[in-house]
Amino acid sequence: MRTGIVVFPGTWSDRDCAHAVSDVLQEPVRYVDHREQNLEGLDLVILPGGFSYGDYLRCGAIARFAPVMEAVTDFANRGGLVLGICNGFQILQEARLLPGALLRNASCEFRCEWVNLRVEQSESAFTHDCRPGQVLRIPISHGEGNFFADPDTLDAIERNGHVVFRYCAPDGRVTADSNPNGSLRNIAGIANGPGNVVGMMPHPERACETLLGSVDGLTVFRSAIHALTRVPA
Amino acid sequence: MFRAEVFVTLKPVVNDPAGLTIKGGLHALGFDSVSEVRAGKYLVVTLDETDDRQARARVEEMARQLLANAVIEDYRIELQSIGNPIGAAERPA
Repeated sequence: MRTGIVVFPGTWSDRDCAHAVSDVLQEPVRYVDHREQNLEGLDLVILPGGFSYGDYLRCGAIARFAPVMEAVTDFANRGGLVLGICNGFQILQEARLLPGALLRNASCEFRCEWVNLRVEQSESAFTHDCRPGQVLRIPISHGEGNFFADPDTLDAIERNGHVVFRYCAPDGRVTADSNPNGSLRNIAGIANGPGNVVGMMPHPERACETLLGSVDGLTVFRSAIHALTRVPA
Repeated sequence: MFRAEVFVTLKPVVNDPAGLTIKGGLHALGFDSVSEVRAGKYLVVTLDETDDRQARARVEEMARQLLANAVIEDYRIELQSIGNPIGAAERPA
């Protein structure tokens, strides 16, 4: 799986993503500068977490117009795998590759903690190896991850099975207590229609080694590898 | 020259945690009559246009493309002609 990791000014999780894919999974990785316009040869593009362009105006609002984003949009429309993590999720929404928006956390606090995620569907490229209902333990680290969509959009996302992850209790129950940021319906990650584009607030790249407390994040990246090679889960 | 003031606010249906927190602060200070606070952004855009309608159309376009996110925000534009700033002609290039 040839992976490109986009680096905007202010991106901070690019090296963590590269470590997970390259050092842990032994898959080839290259960094993609925000000014690049050619993504040829890549299978997966990751928009990592951080504070692109200082998150000025709105999270992801400036990054969305970086030269690389036109290429990312073409890549996504041609079926290439795109994973937006945290700030990357915000950028995908600003670019209208995914619906909704991410508001300031309901608590107004930056939350950096482990959360439990219930996998809602295994149709997306990044949950290919999961079974619906499976619980993944992955950390979050954000101040603006409060998922919002207008009621019609929210219903469409639900009806079409585009919710990929929900914040849940360790046993998989979706509860108010397990929602760290006020997200509508505990939504932590969503996919586009074909399932090749996924945005998620939690950081799977930070849960890829036992030393770090969980290897559940590997499931997300391994799913992408298997989705590409059509290996049955 | 024109100066456009752009007020960007969260749509009424969008929860505003910052506004709620500020309201809590005002209540703590004894401003009991405060029933709601909505927080937003205030942007001042100075632009080199000669025509009033053209200037407004440009700022509308800016608001639609970048300054506001239509999914969650509304915007209001107040446009003011500021002529040619004094000294602008003499300023070295």
